[in-house]
Amino acid sequence: MTILEFGPVSALLVISVALALIIANISRVMGPQRPTYRKSVPYESGMKPIGPATRRLPIKFYLVAVLFIIFDIEVIFFLPWAVSMRDLGVYGLTVMAVFTLILIVGFIYEWKKGGLEWE
Amino acid sequence: MVPLWMYLAVAAALFSLGVFGALSRRNAVAVLMSVELMLNAVNINLVAFWRYSETSTDLLLNGYAFTAFVLIVAAAEAAVGLAIIITVYRNRRSVIPEEAAALKG
Amino acid sequence: MFESPTIAEFVTQSNLASTLPGTLLVAWTLLLVLVDLFAGDEREHWTPLGACLGLGVSFVANLFVYAPAADQQTALYGMFIADAFTGFLNIVILVATLLAVLMSRDYLMRAGIHRGEYYILTLLSSAGAMFMVAANDLIVVFVALELLSIPLYILAAFRSIKNDGGELALKSEESGMKYFILGAFSSAFLVFGAALVYGASGTTNIPQILEVAPAVVDAASSATFYLVVGTALLIVGLGFKVAVVPFHMWTPDVYEGAPTPVTALMSVTAKIGGFAALLRILVTALSVLLLVDGGVAAWQTTISIIAALTLVLGNFVAISQRNLKRMLAYSSIAHAGYIMVALAAAGTAGSADSATQGALVYILAYMFTNLGAFAVVMTIERVDGGGGNIDDITGLARSRPLLAMAMTIFMLSLTGIPLTAGFVGKFMVFAAAVQAGLVGLAVIGVLTSVVSAFYYMRVVVNMYLRDSSGELLPALETVYVRWAINIALAGTLIFGIFYPLASNLVSMVSIA
Repeated sequence: MTILEFGPVSALLVISVALALIIANISRVMGPQRPTYRKSVPYESGMKPIGPATRRLPIKFYLVAVLFIIFDIEVIFFLPWAVSMRDLGVYGLTVMAVFTLILIVGFIYEWKKGGLEWE
Repeated sequence: MVPLWMYLAVAAALFSLGVFGALSRRNAVAVLMSVELMLNAVNINLVAFWRYSETSTDLLLNGYAFTAFVLIVAAAEAAVGLAIIITVYRNRRSVIPEEAAALKG
Repeated sequence: MFESPTIAEFVTQSNLASTLPGTLLVAWTLLLVLVDLFAGDEREHWTPLGACLGLGVSFVANLFVYAPAADQQTALYGMFIADAFTGFLNIVILVATLLAVLMSRDYLMRAGIHRGEYYILTLLSSAGAMFMVAANDLIVVFVALELLSIPLYILAAFRSIKNDGGELALKSEESGMKYFILGAFSSAFLVFGAALVYGASGTTNIPQILEVAPAVVDAASSATFYLVVGTALLIVGLGFKVAVVPFHMWTPDVYEGAPTPVTALMSVTAKIGGFAALLRILVTALSVLLLVDGGVAAWQTTISIIAALTLVLGNFVAISQRNLKRMLAYSSIAHAGYIMVALAAAGTAGSADSATQGALVYILAYMFTNLGAFAVVMTIERVDGGGGNIDDITGLARSRPLLAMAMTIFMLSLTGIPLTAGFVGKFMVFAAAVQAGLVGLAVIGVLTSVVSAFYYMRVVVNMYLRDSSGELLPALETVYVRWAINIALAGTLIFGIFYPLASNLVSMVSIA
């Protein structure tokens, strides 16, 4: 059993949690506290709060998120190729070109269907 | 070195949590999250097995490649699943399969 | 150091030619995406036409690749296997997809949801099924299964509120959601099982697992445990996909709610993919997972129990169904049970080949018959969702005599009456079961077939013998649907009457 190998990680964990707690609470412990009504309302860049903070986001954000997930995750396939690009040479380049072509078909579809328009 | 069984235990625990979540939560989005948890448990398993395998070399990347494919497929599945769940929600105002009662078993 | 090949070397070394049926279909589909995108509304019929052409191209490629090759060859560095098993199932998948596409245009027009994406998703799903029957590696099994399933989730939810409002669209969307949730859940099981098998054997390649497995079993170490648990999880994951008891709960709801052509397609291709993977993994890779005594694979008992449960539950619950699509859903569960019988028989040493051939003939017969039955159901369904009940076909023999005759033949074939394809399939499966020493299972199979006659014949009785209210059912379907029914009917009868034909076709198939 070599659980001690986790020693540095555990130390990091403890220190980071402690640091976060200290920073979050240091001003409350050490700073002066003179609360007024204006100070205790939620901070909205100096404006008067206009509604609950947890309101629903427009559905457009969801579309962008889904499209992002797909194209973002596909990059996983580029990574192994990128690190061994010199060894793979023309062969690797061709294979990745085919892969990219498939992605581009999806991208053209997305574009033409208006998935990238905000309005 | 940390023994293999520790990784497997963590993965099995995560997988069981995912199964529990998928079976006990009624909200479809929560079920989807639980399924993602199960798939990530699989990834831990695969990478651990690959790292500890006697046959693994720099050229034989089976487990590693499998992990990449699991990740990709999970993302594709999540995208399609979310789209379907959101469509159901728009029309029915509920994403709880049992309340979606047009179909009865 | 890895020597990177030139492109020409890659094409010959990887034997790229033998993957052509699947890869050509995918390439064609990608082209079709662009065609559909830029063709415009007035040329909307280009996409279904292109889909049929693509299936034809893939079919021809399949004939070229597999006709001369009775021997096994692997492709893409052992990831794919191209043998008679693959070639035969590829053809079954392509014909099934063609029939589904022929049915689709009519249905989509009636429901007001005619969109090119439908055909693209259909072709992609079929390409996934084709990759799955060619899979020689657990990674490919998983990725192909997802390529098969993910388009089906979308297709199941294809009816939309915007165009045809109301209950049907809600049902379709819910069925898509249920199918997705259960499908994602089950693929997680599948891939966890694959990970454990990989951990036990150190490889994901199916023939290599076969080589390593005996040593793993003999060692009786933790690796043996991983192998057994992994096998069990693989059976659970694939059991969900092919809808066998106790993993069948989603089937009736999804089959009822999905658009009828999609139901027809998924009841065939998803099952083919699942069973092909089960056969490859259990029979090829894990046939050496033996119990100490005798030549019976360790998983045979489990599969036998699942098969028996599936046969009994599927057939008995189907009796109480009033909705035709639900009835066909339970009937498809029952038919998965018959194929499970063949799978169980493959677990006895020496009978793997005959059992596999039986399963293939059964799948062929089931494909023609089931698609035909769904096509008939589709013709009498109305846009508002009515017309799908068992009472609605009353008097069909008087208003549409030819349609009623076709439906009768499909029902006879599903029951397994001689001179229909269904009989040949059942005969070969039961013969394989008896040969493998599973007499009890074969008896359960025959008895439940008798039970199934009850609900299949009720359809026939309703069409011919019960008095209808007098109104004649109008002919709603287009010529394409008639073609689909004709092809299905021809397949059912030809393979039933010339019964050695099917067994000759599969005689070269060997899986172990």
